[in-house]
Amino acid sequence: MSDQFEPVIIGFTCNWCSYRAADMAGMGRIKYAPNIRLIRLMCSGRLDPTFVIKAFAGGADGVLVSGCHPGDCHYIEQNYKAMRRFYLLKKLLTQMGIEPGRLKLLWASAAEGQIFADEVTKFTEEVRALGPLHWNPTAALEAESAFHQPAEVAA
Amino acid sequence: MTSNGKPKFAMYWAASCGGCEIAVLNIHEKILDVDANFEVVFWPVAMDAKYKDVEAMEDGSILLTLFNGAIRNDENEHIAKLLRQKSKILVAFGSCATEGCMPALANLTSIEEVVETYYSTISTDNPQNIHPQPTYKAPEGEIYIPKLYPIVRTLDQVVEVDYYMPGCPPESHQIAAVIDLVIDVLQGKATLPPKGSTIGAGGSTVCDDCPRKRDVKKIKEFKRIQDVMLDPEICILEQGVICSGPATRNGCGALCPQAGSPCIGCYGPAEGVLDYGARLLTAVASVIDSNDPAEIERILDGIPDPAGMFYRFNLGGSLLRASKAAWAK
Repeated sequence: MSDQFEPVIIGFTCNWCSYRAADMAGMGRIKYAPNIRLIRLMCSGRLDPTFVIKAFAGGADGVLVSGCHPGDCHYIEQNYKAMRRFYLLKKLLTQMGIEPGRLKLLWASAAEGQIFADEVTKFTEEVRALGPLHWNPTAALEAESAFHQPAEVAA
Repeated sequence: MTSNGKPKFAMYWAASCGGCEIAVLNIHEKILDVDANFEVVFWPVAMDAKYKDVEAMEDGSILLTLFNGAIRNDENEHIAKLLRQKSKILVAFGSCATEGCMPALANLTSIEEVVETYYSTISTDNPQNIHPQPTYKAPEGEIYIPKLYPIVRTLDQVVEVDYYMPGCPPESHQIAAVIDLVIDVLQGKATLPPKGSTIGAGGSTVCDDCPRKRDVKKIKEFKRIQDVMLDPEICILEQGVICSGPATRNGCGALCPQAGSPCIGCYGPAEGVLDYGARLLTAVASVIDSNDPAEIERILDGIPDPAGMFYRFNLGGSLLRASKAAWAK
């Protein structure tokens, strides 16, 4: 094993397009970075931003959100809602110190196995370049948690 | 202190503004019921007591402790742990203790920056550039002030909490209802709710209690409240002003929207909501009336501070808890 940093990436795919794109990549034996862990939702519109925040809080270095191309949503227009949330979420996460490059939106149709594979590999390299996120707000406390107040002050 | 045989009551303020204490006193004559049914053993804002008096008490000897305020420094943490040890029922009382509230907004910046802003920026008159030191050697001996922690925590991030009572501050009629409940429990007329419950609040959202008319929401522009004359009948969010009602627990009776001001979210996440900011963000972003990325970004420019907007009361209790600037060295 090399010492190269291997980012943990969570990928949310929709049942009708992007998950099938991943399927197609698999059936076509297309090689792509193994760092992504795919989670299938029925629709990108099902993606509660809580999932993304929970992924980062739980140790993910990058999150991919993917769905049908605009206009192609199986549920008519829910991918537009996903898109609106994506942009606002990205703004919020940037304020929290999570680089914009750690969150990516990808439209992929069921026929775009090659595009899906190429984009996952590209995203993996981008997140690798950003380095580990390792979200851990209590780290700062662990360094300073020693209780310095002497007993006579507490009393 | 001699005991009069009544169950013991305590209330403490950690990192908070004191509004929770005022809300308790706002229950008016009900405060006499508190006195009739409880012996108040520790309540720094209302009576003289020393930490050493609490330390001398038997473990579990206080029946009910209402703890308001977040955990900002080592004194807050020490008293949280002490009161946990001495109390049978520990209630995280108010927004600071349950979810961080305003003190936890400091989690958006590093503690060094917080202190720097407080003592050295242009709005501070500090010509001698005096910064407090944690310890000081005076002729009479060494003195100490509490040590600030790099991030603000909620009460349940420090000790086990039995019940949560949200609100900034909790509404007085809700406090009165909770006091009535505890008195009924003492008299054997009622049982306590399951441990970990949210008490003194509803199980739905502020929108559910709001009398304003709701229709299809389509927003082309987000506006600040000072720049718009709000229609008194129509949903505030529909008028382009961000209202936190959709994500916020009910219990206040939707006071702010009825007074012509958007809900700011002080009752915290509605039942089942894991991350308040994410839920509010979902509600707000979904109703943007555009499918064009460039236009969406332009509309979103109307929300200049999403973290402060969506986590106004909840940053300490959110999944991320603090911005990277606050915890990463």
